[in-house]
Amino acid sequence: MLTIRNLHASVEDHEILKGLSLEVKPGEVHAIMGPNGSGKSTLACVLAGKEDYEITEGTITFKGEDLTEMAPEERAREGLFLAFQYPVELPGVSTMQFLKTAVNSIRAHRGQGDMNVAEFLKLMREKADFVNLDHKLMQRSVNEGFSGGEKKRAEIFQMAMLDPQLAILDETDSGLDIDALRVVAAGVNKMRNSERSFVIITHYQRLLNFVVPDFVHILLDGRIVKSGGPELAFELEDKGYDWIKEENGEAIVA
Amino acid sequence: MPTYTEHDFFEDVAEEGYKYGFVTDVAYEKAPKGLSEDTVRYISAQKSEPDWLLENRLKAYHQFMKMLEEGGLPSWAHLRMPEIDFQDAYYFAAPGKKAKYDSIDDVPQEILDDFARLGIPLGEQAALAGVAVDAVMDSVSIATTFKEELEKHGVIFCSFSDAVENHPDLVQKYMGSVVPYTDNLFAALNSAVFSDGSFCYIPPGVRCPMELSTYFRINEANTGQFERTLLICDEGGYVSYMEGCTAPMRDENQLHAAIVEIIAHKDAEVKYSTVQNWYPGNAEGVGGIFNFVTKRGLCEGARSKITWTQLETGSAITWKYPSCILKGDYSVGEFYSVAFTKDYQQADTGTKMIHLGKNTRSTIISKGISAGHSDNSYRGLVRVNKKATGARNFSQCDSLLIGDQCGAHTFPYIEIHNSTAKVEHEATTSKIGEDQMFYCRQRGISEQDALNLIVNGYAKEILAQLPMEFAVEAQKLLSVQLEGSVG
Repeated sequence: MLTIRNLHASVEDHEILKGLSLEVKPGEVHAIMGPNGSGKSTLACVLAGKEDYEITEGTITFKGEDLTEMAPEERAREGLFLAFQYPVELPGVSTMQFLKTAVNSIRAHRGQGDMNVAEFLKLMREKADFVNLDHKLMQRSVNEGFSGGEKKRAEIFQMAMLDPQLAILDETDSGLDIDALRVVAAGVNKMRNSERSFVIITHYQRLLNFVVPDFVHILLDGRIVKSGGPELAFELEDKGYDWIKEENGEAIVA
Repeated sequence: MPTYTEHDFFEDVAEEGYKYGFVTDVAYEKAPKGLSEDTVRYISAQKSEPDWLLENRLKAYHQFMKMLEEGGLPSWAHLRMPEIDFQDAYYFAAPGKKAKYDSIDDVPQEILDDFARLGIPLGEQAALAGVAVDAVMDSVSIATTFKEELEKHGVIFCSFSDAVENHPDLVQKYMGSVVPYTDNLFAALNSAVFSDGSFCYIPPGVRCPMELSTYFRINEANTGQFERTLLICDEGGYVSYMEGCTAPMRDENQLHAAIVEIIAHKDAEVKYSTVQNWYPGNAEGVGGIFNFVTKRGLCEGARSKITWTQLETGSAITWKYPSCILKGDYSVGEFYSVAFTKDYQQADTGTKMIHLGKNTRSTIISKGISAGHSDNSYRGLVRVNKKATGARNFSQCDSLLIGDQCGAHTFPYIEIHNSTAKVEHEATTSKIGEDQMFYCRQRGISEQDALNLIVNGYAKEILAQLPMEFAVEAQKLLSVQLEGSVG
């Protein structure tokens, strides 16, 4: 599904990813954990194709294709979805129109015609219930005036609508209370299957109580320094990141 | 849930350039080139006008020549205005041999086809759409549908020429009462050489049973179009009036100087909506329409209300300020505007709200969108006169920039002569956010569609004010105009 080899990426000549490698197979759930500034969100942005990020070395292959050659919308149409850490507000753009445009763009890419309105509305209702999203929110502008929790749930709702093959969740758990966290986790779990892969980027272990990953990777200073099973997340929760930093010979900043 | 915006919304956007750039091939009867007393007499004679009207025209002509000599073109607008040679234009062109058609059957097929291409619902289509259309091609009103249905309600909706012939008292009473020929250079010009236009009268207590619609279109090369609209809504009446404009591609700039006058009597309400997409010139800024329009409404009676809604996407230069004179106590003026400019287009547009009566209220919401090398200015005056106790105004002027070569400017003028007035003004300027674009693209939406979504979202508040059939058209129009504005 996704193969990252020796990825180096910088923002404004400042190198953030320094030789990251990762292999994600269909149906796998990978958690990427790391302290602030380790490059977690940069990884998400690079995968989604944000223009401010420059890849200076390494390769990213998605479903056998060179991902770095694709525009952001092509990546999305090929089945890559990013749940944003900070979802953007689009004033005046109704959630419905936004998603209809998105769904039909993806369908067109697959050689399918537009989804008819009745079918689309049914799908919207179904997927909104999926994450307990108030149907009224769909009448509103995209993310406008949504609470932090609503925005995160709306991201999962959008993910369900767009039915991606690879979903990247960028700190979707941050700022969620325990109930919202459960709802989001339940949404992700319902979407897990043998075809779909997830990359869950998180600072904390708590989401992983509800979405149990197949692999946990620890990202430090732009590199994956340790990989393991779900137990690694618990270990990290126990000992904090300092333990990893020490192991990697980094000075600990209090 | 309205489904009309969901259908086909982004499907027919894939058009490039100016969609309405075609020329209808019909025989034309033109006035001699240039402007003189003879031109004015020629036009008046062509239309067999009464003497009083010819005299008005001649007075206006002399006023125009005087103003041109003394001051020339107004220079206060934020516009790069080229010299206009008023002698190098035709002032009257009537399609076909005859200047007037007795019935729709007499209208040449090419012209009807032309209107069909523009999507104007004449005849049967009009019946289904419930729209009465007074179509003005170049200078002469071609056909008026639904006259009979309207007549049942006592509504008069006809070409200006017909009104001069059949309702001379009304025309003579109201014409020039809101926009006198001395008002400005272009008002003087229009008053001298106006060719035709629309006339509408709503009798007391009548709610006009359908949306009234006029389409203006400039066809003949090098012809200025000078139409006049006179709309009178008598006590307790209501009318919603739509004006749409297109012009085919022409290399030379064409002058368009219209006058719209609205009179709203006691408890009357008038909604006047405009969608303007005259040819803006090509991507290098060559050609296009000069759109110098004087639009003004008089809220004559107590509790009367006039609403101007406009979507301005066309013309090389737009210079217009639909205004309200709030004379009646408790009268209300509203102005909702979206002005879009791209390439080398220039727009200086806004409104004037003149509060004369007590407890008068006005609302101004203006949204400018600039792309390419264009320049987009909002200019608005809110004046509260001495006796206008309790007047209130709210103004909001937003500018949206696409790219970094364009300009957006806001020129608010506030003159308050009564201490009880409450006037609020808000203004914002924003750039299309990279983050917003990226968010859309991450969902599989193309850059062009993303831009359409964001801009239409930004303009939504205004577009929602338009009558529904216009709102859909307006969204599409905005999308078509946005083609090629990415990056």
